[in-house]
Amino acid sequence: MKPPPFTYCDPESVDEAVGLKSEYGADSLVLAGGQSLLPLLNMRLVRPEALIDINKIGDLQKIEGRSDILEVGAGVRQYELEDHALVGELVPLLPEAAGYIGHIETRHRGTVCGSLAHADPAAELPCTAVTLDATVVARSPSGTRTIEAQHFFQGRMATALEPEEVLVAVRYPVTPQAAGHGFVEVARRVGDLALAGAAAVVNLDENGHFTSVSVGVSGISDTPVRARAVENALIGEAPTEENITRAADEIVPSVTAGDDIHATRAYRRHLATVVVRRAITAAVASAHERSDGK
Amino acid sequence: MTTSTAAKYGTARRAVTVRVNGRHVTREVSTRTTLADFLRDELDLVSVHVGCEHGECGCCTVLFDGLSVRSCLMLAVQADGHAVETVESLSANPAELHPIQEAFAEEQGLQCGFCTPAMLLRTKEIIDAGREMTDAEVRHEISGILCRCTGYQNIVNAVQSAGAKLRGPTAGGRD
Ligand SMILES: Cc1cc2nc3c(=O)[nH]c(=O)nc-3n(C[C@@H](O)[C@H](O)[C@H](O)COP(=O)(O)OP(=O)(O)OC[C@H]3O[C@@H](n4cnc5c(N)ncnc54)[C@H](O)[C@@H]3O)c2cc1C
Ligand code: FES
Ligand code: FES
Repeated sequence: MKPPPFTYCDPESVDEAVGLKSEYGADSLVLAGGQSLLPLLNMRLVRPEALIDINKIGDLQKIEGRSDILEVGAGVRQYELEDHALVGELVPLLPEAAGYIGHIETRHRGTVCGSLAHADPAAELPCTAVTLDATVVARSPSGTRTIEAQHFFQGRMATALEPEEVLVAVRYPVTPQAAGHGFVEVARRVGDLALAGAAAVVNLDENGHFTSVSVGVSGISDTPVRARAVENALIGEAPTEENITRAADEIVPSVTAGDDIHATRAYRRHLATVVVRRAITAAVASAHERSDGK
Repeated sequence: MTTSTAAKYGTARRAVTVRVNGRHVTREVSTRTTLADFLRDELDLVSVHVGCEHGECGCCTVLFDGLSVRSCLMLAVQADGHAVETVESLSANPAELHPIQEAFAEEQGLQCGFCTPAMLLRTKEIIDAGREMTDAEVRHEISGILCRCTGYQNIVNAVQSAGAKLRGPTAGGRD
C-alpha cells in the first residue's frame, strides 16, 4: 500500500526539529532512515499528522571520538559503523554487530539512533547499547537530558523518549584497548532479526582470569537484556569452556519471550545459552589476540 | 499547526529536482509519494520493480548517491537535489549491453526477470567496491534481494563472470 497523508516537515536545524516535535507532540513521528517507519506507513499501521524528517540536519551527521566517549549523531547511518576507522578503534563491538543488521541496502539508509528509538528487542544495536552501557541523548524545548540504555528500553518498541523529545545522539564509553569483544546471533536467514543474539565485552588480568564481563542478549524478552547473573558467575574465574558453559546457563531465567511462529520458549532458552556461551568465547579469543598483538 | 509551520510545510505537493541516470528532471510530486512510485509513474522507469512495498524483497533497489537503497522505503521529496541511478544507467539499449548485463544473459542469471534490475545494480556496486569475493561472499552480498526463480546459483556465476570481465582476465576469486 501507499503512505497515508501527513504534513511533511524537513527542518535543517536541531532547534527547528525539536520545535516541530513539541508543536505536534504525539501526533508526529521523526523520520530517520525510514527502514522501519516507511514499512509501517506503507502498511498504514501508523498515521502521524506530521513527519519530521531529520535527514537534512547536518549537525546530526557526526561521529565524534573523545578520550573516553564515542558520540554518534542521530543522522549517522548504520553502514558508517562498519566503515569508520574511529569507530573500529574506539568501540570495536559496533562494526562487528552492525554487519548483522538487515542487508547492506537497509544499512545504507537506516540510522544507528533510529534503531535505538525503534527499540525492537531482537535488534542488534539496542543489545550492544545495553552491553556497552551507552547513554542516549534526548532534546526537547526544555533542554537536553541523557538516559542510560538500561532505562531507555522500556518494552517491545517502547522507550523512555517523551512525545516532544528528539533523540539527537548516542554516547558509547570507549572500550579499553586490552578488552576483547564478541557478537553472535542465530537467525533463520541472513538479514533476519535474531531469534536470539548476544554481545560480550571482557577484560582479563595477567593470569588470564576475568576482571570484567559485560553481556547483553537480544530476542529473549520485551527489551534487550543485560545478563548480570552470567557476568557475576564469571568474575575472577578462568575462561575455561566449563566455566563459560556453566555461567551461560544463568541466562535461562531471563528468557521471558513466549512461544511464537519463529520459535518456542524452550528453544529460545536453549538458544540463549548457546549465543551467550559463543559470544563470551569469542570475546575471550579476541582479548587473547589483543594481548598477543601488543 | 501554527501559522508559520503551515506556511512553511503545509503544502501536500512540492517541486523536486533529481538527477536521474545523469539527467536532471524536475517534477511536482505529492509529499507522500515514494521514490519507487515517482520513478515508475512520473518518469516511466518501470524497471524499478515493486514487489512488497515494505522493504522485504529488494526488487525496487536503486543507487541513491551511488549507494544501493530500497526505493519503496524513501519518499520522492527526499531525492530532491540527489542523484538516482536505475538499471537504465548501465545500458537501455538491447543491442549494446553493459558487461554486467552480458554476464547475466550468458550465465542465465535470471528467469522471470523480476529481481534482475535490482541484482544488476547491486552487482555494479559490488564490482565497483573492487574486492574479489568467493562465491559464498557474493551470496551474502546479494542477500538483500529476493529471487523467487533462480535459486541464486546462476546469479552468483553471473556476478563472478561480470567481475572477471570488468577486472580483466587474471581475476580469480572462486571458491
Ligand atoms: C528487510 C529489512 C530487514 C531488517 N533487518 C533488521 C535487523 O536484522 N536488525 C535490526 O535491528 N533492524 C532491522 N531492520 C530495521 C532497520 O533497518 C531500521 O533501520 C531500524 O530499525 C530503524 O532505523 P531507521 O533510521 O531506519 O529509523 P526509522 O524507520 O526512520 O524510524 C524508526 C522509529 O524510530 C523513531 N525515530 C527514529 N529516529 C528518531 C530520533 N532521532 N528521535 C526520535 N524518534 C526517532 C521513528 O519515529 C520511528 O518510530 C530491517 C529492516 C528491513 C526493511
Ligand atoms: S518493493 Fe521495495 S523492498 Fe519490496
Ligand atoms: S528471476 Fe524471477 S525473481 Fe529472480
